[in-house]
Amino acid sequence: MENEKKGFAGFVQRNWLVILTGLVVGAAAVVLTALGNPKNMGFCIACFERDIAGALKFHTAGVVQYFRPEIVGLVLGSMIMALIKKEWKPQGGSSPFTRFLLGMLVMIGALVFLGCPLRMVIRIGGGDVNALVGLLGFIVGIVIGTFPLRFGFSLNRAYKQNALEGLLFPILLVILFVLSLLPELFARSEKGPGSMHAPWYAALLIALLVGALCQRSRLCMAGGVRDVVLFKDFHLIYGFLAIIISVVVGNLITHNFKFGLTEQPIAHTDGVFNFLGMVLVGWGSVLLGGCPLRQLILAGEGNSDSAITVFGFIAGAAVSHNFGLASSADGIGAGPVLWVLIAGFVILAAVSVFNTKRRA
Amino acid sequence: MIDARGLSCPMPVLMVQREVKKNAPQLLEVLVDNMTAVGNITRFAASQHYTVKTEQVDGEYKMTLTK
Repeated sequence: MENEKKGFAGFVQRNWLVILTGLVVGAAAVVLTALGNPKNMGFCIACFERDIAGALKFHTAGVVQYFRPEIVGLVLGSMIMALIKKEWKPQGGSSPFTRFLLGMLVMIGALVFLGCPLRMVIRIGGGDVNALVGLLGFIVGIVIGTFPLRFGFSLNRAYKQNALEGLLFPILLVILFVLSLLPELFARSEKGPGSMHAPWYAALLIALLVGALCQRSRLCMAGGVRDVVLFKDFHLIYGFLAIIISVVVGNLITHNFKFGLTEQPIAHTDGVFNFLGMVLVGWGSVLLGGCPLRQLILAGEGNSDSAITVFGFIAGAAVSHNFGLASSADGIGAGPVLWVLIAGFVILAAVSVFNTKRRA
Repeated sequence: MIDARGLSCPMPVLMVQREVKKNAPQLLEVLVDNMTAVGNITRFAASQHYTVKTEQVDGEYKMTLTK
């Protein structure tokens, strides 16, 4: 790198953008909560995609149905920034069905815990100790996922595609978003988390900014822990820490910080399932090459494998709610949660083994 | 020459790490197709005291690592 500075100046030079992004993401979560989003859920990719699955009537859980403009904003923000920076590139074809399935499993795990890695960090910033249990599971999942990586795991190469392949996903999101503004076409929760939301224009604008920043900084929750494990590279984890600091400060200002295990907003206290759910999320995210937030950013950059993964998330959310796998504030779902988690681990193990070419 | 085009994160930088650990080359050329990989490899190379030169050719990036 040219003009590499040493000491603190060098640290700032290398990491300012990812730290700024983390601070903005945390602030965005606090502001969106103040504007109406559920507590400790100012920004949650899994929850928002689950709400979108509900809005589209892929599941009928009445309390979690709302077409969240944040998802549209993140993808468009990333797309616009990638176009400006000439990094927009339609590509795909890297084990698409495996990615779809991994997306489903990551979402199922996230809804057992009640949050994607981003919400986990936001919950930690809100003082929710259950999220620390989730973090432990997330780290364990990532460490498991780094073993196949060390032995040559790959979902194979993606190749250049025509422009439409990269544009279809953002175009579809924009059309669905416009349709969501029509009354009574999509389902809308009247109570529960799905009924709590910031005004659509605020959600969209804030997410556009966050999406653009995430495209530049490559912020990724799974990547943060993974890079520390594999390369002792702390770059992305600074973004992770910046989110926590920003959310703690924001929550203290808005009187939403509450430290403890019980009576946390939209969370349950079953430690074993909080842990196991996030092991599935961590492991699956490493195999996918990025957390749910990162998949949206990559999809905005024209990556249709990530677009398919996002649809995997949405399908996973529908399965979770249709078959009693999703948790609620009352505890884990009434369905065969443990068996599905075990099946998920078996599938992740199979994907890990069959896509690894052992190299000397 | 390492060809890491089309591979998801973090495969490109892992391929570089593997080569550096195994053969400690004085000169290593890497071909990637996205700026995330360029950033990852640049940070890793710097940590291993390599100098990195990156050229952009037709939306792809040719990185030259030298010691």
